[in-house]
Amino acid sequence: MQLDTPKPSPYPKSRVQLSFNKLRRKKLESVQPTSLADLRCGQHAVLGDLDVADDLRRRLMEMGFFPGSRIDATGCAPGGDPRIYRVDGSEIALRAETAAQIRIRPLAAAAD
Amino acid sequence: MAGNDSCHPVATDSVDASIRAGQHYVALVGPPNAGKTTLFNRLTGLRQKVANFPGVTVEHHVGRARTQQGREVFVIDLPGVYSLDARSEDERVTADVLTGAKAELGRPDSVVIVLDATNLHRHLLLAAPVLALGLPTLVVLNMADDLAARGGSVDTVALAAQLGAPVALVSAAKGDGIDKVMQFLEGSLARPHSTAKRVELPVLQDLPGCRTWAGQVGTKSGYRAPAPPVWTRRLDGIFLHPWLGPLIFVLVVAAVFETIFSGAQPLMDAVEKIIVASGNSLAPLLPEGLLRGALIDGVWNGVGSVVVFLPQILLLFLFIGVLEDSGYLARAALIADRTMSRVGLQGKAFIPLLSAYACAVPAIMATRTIENTRDRIATILIAPFMTCSARLPVYLLIVAAFIPETAPFLGPIGARTAALLGLYIIGFLAAIVTAQLLRSTILRRERSTFILELPPYRMPSLRSLGLRLWDRALIFLKRAGTVILGVLMVLWFLANFPRTNGQPPDPEHSYAGHIGHAVEPAIKPLGFNWKVGVGIVASFAAREAIIGTLGTLYGIENADKDSDKLQEALRADLTPAGAAALLVFFAFAMQCFSTTAIVRRETGGWFWPAVQFSYMTAFAYCSALATHAIVSARL
Repeated sequence: MQLDTPKPSPYPKSRVQLSFNKLRRKKLESVQPTSLADLRCGQHAVLGDLDVADDLRRRLMEMGFFPGSRIDATGCAPGGDPRIYRVDGSEIALRAETAAQIRIRPLAAAAD
Repeated sequence: MAGNDSCHPVATDSVDASIRAGQHYVALVGPPNAGKTTLFNRLTGLRQKVANFPGVTVEHHVGRARTQQGREVFVIDLPGVYSLDARSEDERVTADVLTGAKAELGRPDSVVIVLDATNLHRHLLLAAPVLALGLPTLVVLNMADDLAARGGSVDTVALAAQLGAPVALVSAAKGDGIDKVMQFLEGSLARPHSTAKRVELPVLQDLPGCRTWAGQVGTKSGYRAPAPPVWTRRLDGIFLHPWLGPLIFVLVVAAVFETIFSGAQPLMDAVEKIIVASGNSLAPLLPEGLLRGALIDGVWNGVGSVVVFLPQILLLFLFIGVLEDSGYLARAALIADRTMSRVGLQGKAFIPLLSAYACAVPAIMATRTIENTRDRIATILIAPFMTCSARLPVYLLIVAAFIPETAPFLGPIGARTAALLGLYIIGFLAAIVTAQLLRSTILRRERSTFILELPPYRMPSLRSLGLRLWDRALIFLKRAGTVILGVLMVLWFLANFPRTNGQPPDPEHSYAGHIGHAVEPAIKPLGFNWKVGVGIVASFAAREAIIGTLGTLYGIENADKDSDKLQEALRADLTPAGAAALLVFFAFAMQCFSTTAIVRRETGGWFWPAVQFSYMTAFAYCSALATHAIVSARL
């Protein structure tokens, strides 16, 4: 085993790496996550366009996914997929492949 | 269509004997997870039954609510829907009932729309199209206790003004506010249509517009959304924990298995004793002869052999009921999704496949929660590969006949246990192989999606669980009393005719014997003789029927899986290779009339049941052939 400087990894592994990831996340946020799949657990954003088929878009809307609504990534299944989002008062689970088709933009600092 | 006058077409009894065209009734609608069924159970109690609209698979409940003044109101519990768009079958049926397009019912006199008060904005999306129908409507805000506990509130008077309809804040689970619903039901009988005040509703096709409208209605009626449920968060932290979650999942599944196999055994033995004892005490009441034979051997014991499974099926449903009502089932589906998606299924298929270990019939009914048709059909097609409880007695008989009790396998595990476990495993593997095969052939993967709402955890109520079990027991007994009864009477006839001088023929010359000889060339390569052939033919109606049939053919009274004589007779007639082939055949073949019937009903035609039957029978035949060849060569 080597004790290198921690490699950039999407999942926190140690305390050192955790703080490193925090820094990295700050950096990432400045590049801005563009799809719901980029949103990490505990982060929130505003929903943008739903780049999915009409049927699925309607179903997502019925579940509370409206462009402009606030969305929170609240957790995930063991193994990381599907993920759980809190939107419009309910918790909805989506597979990462679906989440990747949903655009987001960062929540303005003033809100919340 | 005209309103509630009496000029409806002639009533048909196909929906329900108690509701006919022109009769007054109230429709209960609401999104899934709003507690609609809990409210329905509160209103009707045991005065309810399951019904099916002709031609569709959507099941709904019809019941009678008794108001304070002692009047009875018919209530229909429609399927849970998010909209009236008519994209899914559930939505189409709901929309048809509400608009009066179902001629055999007519339009409802009034509508009760049940919404989750803790999730008002989203649930108001359904209120818009329902209110637009112009029927007298009561808006029920359910989960009032949850709303208050989590610090939310709503002004019902202001909301009623906004919606132009009365609003009742209730807690169906606790029974609070039910009287307000009853008052509405009472009034709905007398009140003529279109009392609703004109209020402005959004354009229904414009969902974002509807959501804006819902938000405004909420704001104007002082709706304060409750805080996120703290306990649900905490419990999810445990149940969806990276390694604790899967561990609990495995423990829950193991507990379900343990209960339906070990826990149900004493109950099943008791039911069996009652049936045999009652049959024996009934027999002397009938004159000796044909009638007694037909009624006691053909009917009583035959139906009894099916009713024996009732305790097991009820225990399974009790388990599923607790898991579903508590909210854990949604988490289990979430955990299972990753693994299931690898074989071309999805998380929601987990529950049906688990149920299929007791019986494929409720399993196939449980696939309704899967909206994606492709996923649903795939789940229906593989469900009968799971080792259902009807296979178990057959396995036990053959394994006991051919493997000595003391034969070792590995350490403390005996050869009998290993053989049984092996049979369960090959069934599961066949299901996975089939799912993969389906994915690359007839059910080629379209983009499958998985959207699952995770409801907050709740304490299941005994009342709901009790009603659910009652419901299931009735459905199961009805099936045992019709389909299986008919099949068994035919079998009894085939085994006891043609008569010579009033005496039943010896088995070889009965109609059943002729059938056995007719199929013998086909099953000879598998190592079966004509008697086993008759058993197999009988087992295509119901698997366990082979035991009683073989008992009759070998002339053994009261044959059951523990019968030493039957085991002896089998040992004399089957080689070990033939026995192995028979086990494998039973593991894979689609030998269940009820399952075929339910697949036809659920898929809306004969295509899928035909595909499933041919595929499974061919699969079973080839596997049995291979097994026979391999085992013969090795011994």
